[in-house]
Amino acid sequence: MIKSELVQKLAEQNPHLYHRAVERIVSTIFDEITDALVRGDRVELRGFGAFSVKHRPERTGRNPRTGEAVHVPAKSVPFFKTGKELRERLND
Amino acid sequence: MSNNTVTRADLSEAVYQEVGLSRNESSELVESVLSIIADSLADGENVKISSFGSFAVRQKTGRMGRNPKTGEEVPIGPRRVLVFRPSQVLKSVVAGID
Repeated sequence: MIKSELVQKLAEQNPHLYHRAVERIVSTIFDEITDALVRGDRVELRGFGAFSVKHRPERTGRNPRTGEAVHVPAKSVPFFKTGKELRERLND
Repeated sequence: MSNNTVTRADLSEAVYQEVGLSRNESSELVESVLSIIADSLADGENVKISSFGSFAVRQKTGRMGRNPKTGEEVPIGPRRVLVFRPSQVLKSVVAGID
């Protein structure tokens, strides 16, 4: 399922809303999660999962082709941990 | 970095501010979006949100695990797990924060 199909489904469940409004609702949700992560906040959606930012310290990497050592600077990466309820739903 | 936690209530509030529906309906819509995604994943179908990331269901084979506290061996059955792969856009906006 891609974003437009998600919008489509939500629109079908809410026939009283304009399609444009439904698009805005879906975008707002993902923008809000993104903005939270950019602030370094955690987004906790019980039963679904939690988004957070993990810090990766700098390290010395290696170019696998040449074997040359390269400095990889510290960075932050988005991380998602599946919620308990969803994890269980995947397996029943 | 602020280190706050954003919840469903904050997402509902954002939808409320942005779209001008009632608070109640805004929170129901947030719930619906999460349910649609969860239902799709529970059906084994991946979900891809452009410029955000994709949620993929992976099948894991069973293996022998170990209780790290007692050292006891415990079988871990085959199972499905969810992996989230952030989009290039999301990765790059988050990369610089510390």
